[in-house]
Formats: sequence, C-alpha cells, structure tokens
Amino acid sequence: MEQLLKIENLTFGYDKQPVLENVNLEVHEKDFLGVIGPNGGGKTTLLKVILGLVKPDKGKVTFSEDLHKRKQPIGYLPQVRYIDRKFPITVLDVVLSGAIMQNKRRSKAEIKATAEKLLDDMGLLSISRKAIGELSGGQMQRVFLCRALISDPKLLILDEPDTFVDNRFEGELYEKLLQLNKEIAIILVSHDVGTISSHVKTIACVNKHLHYHPSNQISEEQLESYNCPIQVISHGQIPHTVLKHHH
Amino acid sequence: MSALVELFNYDFFQKAFLAAVFASISCGIIGGYIVSRRIVFISGGITHASFGGIGLAFLLGFNPLLGAVLFAVAAAMGIQFFTKVAEIREDSSIAIWWSLGMALGIIFVFMTPGYTPNLMSYLFGNILTVTNSELWWMLSLNVVIIGFFVLFFSKILYIAFDEEFARTAGLPVNLFNYLIIILIALTVVLNIRVVGIILILSLLTIPQASANLFTKDFKKLLILSSVFAFIGTISGLFISYFLDIPSGAAIIFTLVIMFGILRIGKSFV
Repeated sequence: MEQLLKIENLTFGYDKQPVLENVNLEVHEKDFLGVIGPNGGGKTTLLKVILGLVKPDKGKVTFSEDLHKRKQPIGYLPQVRYIDRKFPITVLDVVLSGAIMQNKRRSKAEIKATAEKLLDDMGLLSISRKAIGELSGGQMQRVFLCRALISDPKLLILDEPDTFVDNRFEGELYEKLLQLNKEIAIILVSHDVGTISSHVKTIACVNKHLHYHPSNQISEEQLESYNCPIQVISHGQIPHTVLKHHH
Repeated sequence: MSALVELFNYDFFQKAFLAAVFASISCGIIGGYIVSRRIVFISGGITHASFGGIGLAFLLGFNPLLGAVLFAVAAAMGIQFFTKVAEIREDSSIAIWWSLGMALGIIFVFMTPGYTPNLMSYLFGNILTVTNSELWWMLSLNVVIIGFFVLFFSKILYIAFDEEFARTAGLPVNLFNYLIIILIALTVVLNIRVVGIILILSLLTIPQASANLFTKDFKKLLILSSVFAFIGTISGLFISYFLDIPSGAAIIFTLVIMFGILRIGKSFV
C-alpha cells in the first residue's frame, strides 16, 4: 500500500510545555486509523499538525507525491461544538465551502451538482436551503461530512464525529465510513474506544507520546501499558469489543 | 409632501442624501460581516480609538479624517498584535486600545489652542454638513467595498464562517483578515461625519439585527442590511430636519424604532 503521510520525531508544545513528544506515525492508503487518548492528551493537536494548522517545534510531516499535488488532499470534519450556529449561512453554502480551492478545476455547476448529490446521499437535500442553525446536531454533522467529502479527498480526518450524533445516525455514519474506506484512508479521533475498535483497522493511543497498535483489538492492560487511560463506553446496538471494567 | 420634494433643491440636502446612500451601503455590508463574525466589540474599539487621531489633527492642524484613519488602522493592527503576538486576552486588548485612543484625543484637544468648533460633529455626527471631498471619499470606499465583496464573496463567507477549515483548504486567511479589518477601519472613519464616533456602531449593528429577522443567508443579509440602513438614515434625516433635532441621534433613534416594530411585528406573523 502506498504511504500517504509520514510523521517523524514530531514534538509540539504550547508555551514550551510539550503536548506531543517524539511522535512517529505513518498513514497508508485505505488505512482506517482510530486515534484515542485522554482529553488534553494531544489528539486534536496531532490532527492540527497533520492539517498544517500548527507547525511542529521539532520533527517533520511529509506527504506522498499524490497527496501533495492535490489542491485539497485532506477532508476534515471538525468538532461541531466549535461551529457558530447563529452564523447566517445555508446548508448548501457550507457544503460548497469544501470545494473553495477547486473552482479552477471544476465548473461551478459541476461543484454544485456534486454538493447536491452528497446531500441527497445523506438525506439532507430537502433542507439544503435552510440555515445551519436550524439543524439538529446529527444533521449538522452530516452536513460537515459532505463538506469534507466534496473535495474528493484521499484522506479523511474526523474529530470526534460521534459527539452529537443520535444512536440511529451513528450506525449509518460508521457504515458510510466503511464504504468510503474502500477508496480513501480515514483517521478517526474518538473518546469512545468501544465504537472505535469495532470499526477501525488500527489504533493510535495518544497521550503526549503516540503508541501505534497494529490491530483493532485492544485490551485495558495494553491501554495502561501505553499510558493511555480512557473512559470505556459500551454501546448496545453496535458490535464492539468487550473490555474489562475500570477500577 | 411638497415640503419633502422642495428639500432636494437645497445643496446641503442633496449632499446629505448622497451621504446617506453611501453610508448605508458601506455600513450595511461591513456591519453585516462584523455582526456575523461577532466582532462588534473590536469595531467599537477601532471606532473610539480614532478619536485620538482627530485630536492630533486638531492640534497639528491637518485633516481630522486623516488622523482618524491613522489611529483606526493603528488600533486595528494593535488589537491583533496584542491578542495574537503578546497573548493578551482579546477583550482586554480591545479595551486598552479603545480607552487609549479616547484619552489621547482628549489630551490633544485640550492642548489645542482656542476653541475647537467642529469637535461635536465628529463625536455625534452631522450629516447636513458633509463636504464634497468627503462625499468623494465615501464614494471611493463604496466602490472598493462592493468590488472586494463581489470578487471574493465565497472566500470572505467561508473564512468568516469557519476560519480553521478555510486554513486547511489553503485559503490566505490572514491576508483576508487584515484586508477586512482595514476596510472596517476605513468604513468607521469615513462614516464618522454621518452619525459620529459615539454612534457609528449603531449603523453597523441595528440594520443588521433587523435584516437578520428576515434572512439567515449571508448575501441577503448584507443587501437587506444596506436597505434597512438607508430607510433608517433617510427617515432620520427628515425627522431631524422637521423637528430640528441633531441628525445623528435622530438616525439612530429611527433605526432602533424600526427594529422594534419589525421584531414585534414578526412575533404576530
């Protein structure tokens, strides 16, 4: 499998306090990497480094040729809690914003048709003219997934997509992701190890350091040995790995 | 009615009318952006800081609007610098620049020998005394603002909505932020003559609040804000003329009453 991105000896900190230290990671084509770890452990910071939003203090991030050449190689779904729900913008405009750097390669009509197709797939076409603030959390999440996908990315990055999602859509979301994963690599950040391990292929535990776990089965002992204490949440409807109880 | 038509025969009224049109468009668009992005307080800081420049211009004897532009842009950059580089909390940075500008203005005006007759018109505005050269400046600003928003509409919208996502998409976010903050500074200063430093914030927020009652679409919000700003400004102008009260205050009063009626009216529809 072709390598998409490589992080080598990465160290990053705010105010000289390292949030990430000596992190190494490789992401290959069609990977489905779950990123878990405690709050404040550096999960979101790791995403920011990959997305180029912050510059590493030490180490480097390299992208594959193919990823580098694309205008928008990475689809990004941020945590919806940071979105201003009162902002006057329509659902369709939010999705279109994902293709902002592609207006030279695709016509406006083509981009709009793609946006409508994506919204239709998510069952949102009928509300495409609504303001973003009128949507439920789950609907909003789907709109942002459309925005991440419209640029036809090689790599999709999702930051806690299950935070606001109702149980019904959560199943649909992971089904959708599995389908997408046939073509593109996915990095999924979650605080919910139960959900993660039943969908992802590999796991990275991030708590200042990064421990790569090359399978989706992870036990509590392993999490502890990785110095990666996290809340274990179990869900009824979704198949998941049953883990030992916390003390 | 004929009294209204007759008014347009007066040169001062024709100028006031043009000033109302220009102020409505620039404040409607820039205010729509400010309100959507929740940077009303920053805009307040920039506005009040410009008083320092007006004071300096009185003291040294140059065009007060030029002084105001210099201080407004300096405050805009200063607030950004304090917040991003010096890592001072944003609301505190704003308050520092806000009060520093006002304080300097008061010191400069105090040091200016003799009486400063126009001071009140900068603080509270007087649309009836707008000059030809000020009108040309306002027109130029309108052309720049409309041009900028038409050319870069999607980019402006997407950056305003989700700056971080815009960065990941490779948009020049910092450049746009600086350009727009300069446009805000210019809009504030060139409209000072219409409603004054103390009251300019109203033209940047009240028509937008009215418009926001009817639309949640950014483009429509900008256009509708300009329309409401124009209705309020022109009605205020007439009220000010016929009741013989200060124009700036009359305009604000009209804008607020209009918002109140629309808001209450909307509850019944």
